[in-house]
Amino acid sequence: MPSAQRSLIRPRIHHRDIKERLVEAFLFICATSAVAVTTAIVVVLVYESAGFFERVSIVDFLTDTMWTPLFAEARYGILPLLCGTLLAAGVALLVAVPLGLMVALYLSEFAPVKVRESVKPFLELLEGVPTVVYGYFALLFVTPLLQNVIPDLPGFNVLSPGIVIGIMIVPYVGSVSEDAMRAVPNALREASYACGATRLQTTLRVVMPAAASGIAAAFVLGIARATGETMVVAIAAGQQPNLTLDPTEPAATITAYIVQVALGDLPHGSIGYQSIFAAGLVLLLITLLFNILAHLLRMRFREAY
Amino acid sequence: MSAVVTAVPFATQSVSADPKVKSRIRGLNFYYGNLQALKNIDMVVYEHAVTALIGPSGCGKSTLLRCFNRMHDLTPHTRYEGEIRLYPDDVNIVSSDIDPIEVRMRISMVFQKPNPFPKSIYENVAYGLRVRGVKARSELDGRVEAALRGAALWEEVKDRLEEPGTALSGGQQQRLCIARALATDPEIVLFDEPTSALDPIATASIEDLIISMAGSVTILIVTHNMQQAARVSSYTAFMYLGELVEYGPTTELFTRPRHQRTSDYLTGRFG
Amino acid sequence: MASISPSIAVEAAVPGVAEIRANVVRRRRWDIVFAVVGFLATSVGVVTLLALFVDLVMDGYHRLTPDFFLSFPSRRAAEAGILSAWVGTCLVMMVTAAIGVPLAVSAGIYLEEYAPRNWVTTLIEINVSNLAAVPSIVYGLLALGLFVYALGFGQSILSAGLTLALMIMPVVVVATREAVRAVPHTIREAAYAVGATRWQATRDHVLPYSIPGIATGVIIGLARAIGETAPLITIGALTFIAYLPDPPISTKPPFVSFDWLWSGFTVLPIQMFNWVSRPGTAFHANAAAAGIVIVVLTLAMNGFAIYLRYRLRKRITW
Repeated sequence: MPSAQRSLIRPRIHHRDIKERLVEAFLFICATSAVAVTTAIVVVLVYESAGFFERVSIVDFLTDTMWTPLFAEARYGILPLLCGTLLAAGVALLVAVPLGLMVALYLSEFAPVKVRESVKPFLELLEGVPTVVYGYFALLFVTPLLQNVIPDLPGFNVLSPGIVIGIMIVPYVGSVSEDAMRAVPNALREASYACGATRLQTTLRVVMPAAASGIAAAFVLGIARATGETMVVAIAAGQQPNLTLDPTEPAATITAYIVQVALGDLPHGSIGYQSIFAAGLVLLLITLLFNILAHLLRMRFREAY
Repeated sequence: MSAVVTAVPFATQSVSADPKVKSRIRGLNFYYGNLQALKNIDMVVYEHAVTALIGPSGCGKSTLLRCFNRMHDLTPHTRYEGEIRLYPDDVNIVSSDIDPIEVRMRISMVFQKPNPFPKSIYENVAYGLRVRGVKARSELDGRVEAALRGAALWEEVKDRLEEPGTALSGGQQQRLCIARALATDPEIVLFDEPTSALDPIATASIEDLIISMAGSVTILIVTHNMQQAARVSSYTAFMYLGELVEYGPTTELFTRPRHQRTSDYLTGRFG
Repeated sequence: MASISPSIAVEAAVPGVAEIRANVVRRRRWDIVFAVVGFLATSVGVVTLLALFVDLVMDGYHRLTPDFFLSFPSRRAAEAGILSAWVGTCLVMMVTAAIGVPLAVSAGIYLEEYAPRNWVTTLIEINVSNLAAVPSIVYGLLALGLFVYALGFGQSILSAGLTLALMIMPVVVVATREAVRAVPHTIREAAYAVGATRWQATRDHVLPYSIPGIATGVIIGLARAIGETAPLITIGALTFIAYLPDPPISTKPPFVSFDWLWSGFTVLPIQMFNWVSRPGTAFHANAAAAGIVIVVLTLAMNGFAIYLRYRLRKRITW
C-alpha cells in the first residue's frame, strides 16, 4: 500500500521538478540580460571607439579645440562638444535647482494633502511628454519669447533648450528630493516646532540640512539626465560645435552631434561613423560619473537615517 | 482606603502651603477626527512644581500633555474644546485665536526618544533662540552655557561644543534636549516619558535634573512608571480612558487613593 | 477646584507676551510668503504643460484632418501626412511590447521571487539600476553597432523594436518588482501549504495580484518608447518614407508574414523632428499637428497608468 502511494506521487514530483527548474532557468536568463545589455553597451562603444582612436590620438581628442569631422580637414577635439553639453546642462541646472528645490520643499512640508495629491500627477505627466515635443516648444515658443527680452538672440541658442530641459527635469529632481525630505524623521520636525519654530524655519533649518545629501543626489541625477538629453538641444541649439561659455550662442552637444551624423549617410566603418561612438563613450562616462556621485551621496544619506 | 503603596520612596518634593496656579484646565475635550481622546478634563497646574500624568497606555496622558504646546495642530483633523488658561496673563492657549507658535515659545517640550538635531551641540541648544531671531554671539554664548549648566551637561561638553549632538550617548542626548528646552527660558517644560528610552543610570540623572529644575520652572511630566512619578512629582494626575480620574498631591494620591481604579492601577491590577 | 482661584490674582500681562506676539507675527509672514512662492514654483510645471499644449494646438490644429492621417510625407507641406509614421510607430511598438515586456517582467519576477542573496543577484540589480541611468541615445549606439551591423538586422523595424525593448526594460523591471513585493507573504504561504511549487504559487497567485501594478509600469514604459526619438535616429531610421511595410496578415497562405520586421520605417516623433528641422511655418504646422498626436497618445497612456496606480493604492486593503 505505501509503495502504491509513492508510485502515484513520485513521477509527478519528478515531472514538476524539471518544469520548475526550466522556469527558473528561463527567468534567470531574462534577469541576466540586464548584465548582458550593459556589457554589450561597453563592448560596442569601446570596440568602435578603439577604431577611432587608432586614427585620432587621444591627446588630440582631449585637447584640440575644434570638432570638424565632416570638413575636408577634419579635426576631432571633443572640447567644443563637451563644452556645449555642460553649458546646456548648466543652464538647465540653474533653472532646475531653485525650481526643483522649491517644489520639493513646498510639496513635502507646506502643501495641504489635497494640493499635493492633485499636483503630483500633473508633474508626472510633465515627465511623460516626449522630448521631441519639448524641442519644438524650445525652438518655436521659448526662443521667440526670449527674443523679446534679448533682441540679438539667434534663432538657435543654448539658453532656450537649457531652460526647457531645466523645466523638464524639475518633476524628477523635485520628486527625488521630496523623497529625501520625507525620509527625515518626524521627531526632528516635532523638536523644531516645540522650540517655537515656524514651518519655514523648520523646513529650512532642520528638514533641508538633514536631507542635504539626498537632495544633492537628486540634483546630480538631474545633471546626468540633462547631459544625456538629446532632442531638445538637437532641435533648438543649432548643431554647430562651438567652444563657448555664452549660452546665447548656438552650440552642439555630444548628443546633438550623434544625431547630426546619424541623419547623414556615413558609411559603416568610416571615421565619421566611429566618431559618434567615441563621443558616446565620453557621454556614457560622464553620466556614469554623475551616477556614482549620486550613489555615494545617497549612501551617506541612508547612513544618517 | 488605606495606603496601597508603601514601598515607593517619595522625593523630598513638598507641597507648599499656598501654591500659585500656573495653569488651569477647564472642560477640556480633544478630538482626533471623530474620536474623543480627552473628556471634560478639569485640573490645575501649580507653578514651580512637578506635576505627573500617569495612567495606562492609551489613557490620554500624552494627548493632554501635547495640548499644552499645541503639538496636535500639526496633525490634520484634530480639535480642541474648552480651555487651558495660562497665568499670569490668563490666556486660553488652546483657543484658535492664539497662535500655536506663541504657545510653544512659552512652553517647551522634551520628547520620549532623545531627538537632537543633526547639528553641533551648541547649535542644538541655540536653536530656539536662533529661530526667535537672536543673533548676538555673546547673548547666545551666555544662554547656551546657562542652559547646558541647567541640564547638568556643561562640564561634559564644554570643550566640544562644535561636535554633533547626535554623537553623544543616549542619556547625554536627552540632557541636550533638556538644555534645548531650557535655553529659551520657558514658563513650563513638558516631559513626554523622557526616560523610557534610557538605561537606569541615565534615568536617575534625568530624574535628579527634573527635581532640581522644579525650583525655577513649572514641569509637567508624563510617565508610565509609577515609581518615577512618586520620586519626582509633587502632584499627580491619574487618567483613564481619556478622563481625569483623580488628581492631588502625589503623597496623598499614592497613599490614600480615593477611587477604586486609581488603587487598582497603583497596585498593578491593570495598566 | 474653585477654592483655589482666590490665590491667583490676574496680574498684568507678562511683559514678554507682547514681544512674543510681535515676534510670531513677523516670522509667520515669511511662512505665507514661502507658501505662495512654493505654490507658484510648483505651478510652473503645470503652466508649462498647458503652454506647451496650447502652443501645439494653436500651431497645428488646422492640419488635423483625416487626410493628414492617411497621407504619406510630401515635399509640399499642405499635402504631407503621418500615415507611414503612425503605422511605423504601431509596428515598432508591437516588437517592443512582444520582446520587452516578457523579458522585463520575467527579470522582475526572478529578482523578487527566486533570486538568492548572492553576488550574482547584486550584480544584476546594479546593472538594472545603471541601465535606467544610461542616456537613451547610448541605446541607439548599442543598437547601431549590435543589431544593425553585427547581427545584420539593418535599419529595420526589428532593430528599432529591440532597441526600445531594451530601453524600457529597467522601468518595467522596477514596476514588476514593486508590484510583486506588494503581494502579502501569507498568499504565497497559503499556496505552498496546499502543495504548490514555487512557479505554481507565482503563476496562479502572485502574478494575478500584481498584474495592475505591472501594467502600470508597462504602460509608462511603452509611452516613453512611443515618444523616444534619439535612439531611432541613431540606428538610421529614415525620415522620408512614402510606402508602408508589408502587411503582417494576408489573405493568401500562409496568412501571416514577418517580412515587415525587415522593412525600413519612420515613427511619429521622427516625422515631427523632420518637420521641425525644416525652415518654414508650413512644415512647422505639420510638426505641431504631429506633436498633438504624440502628446495626446503619450499623455493618455501616462494618465491611464497614473489613474491605475491611484486606484490600486486605494483598493489594496490587506
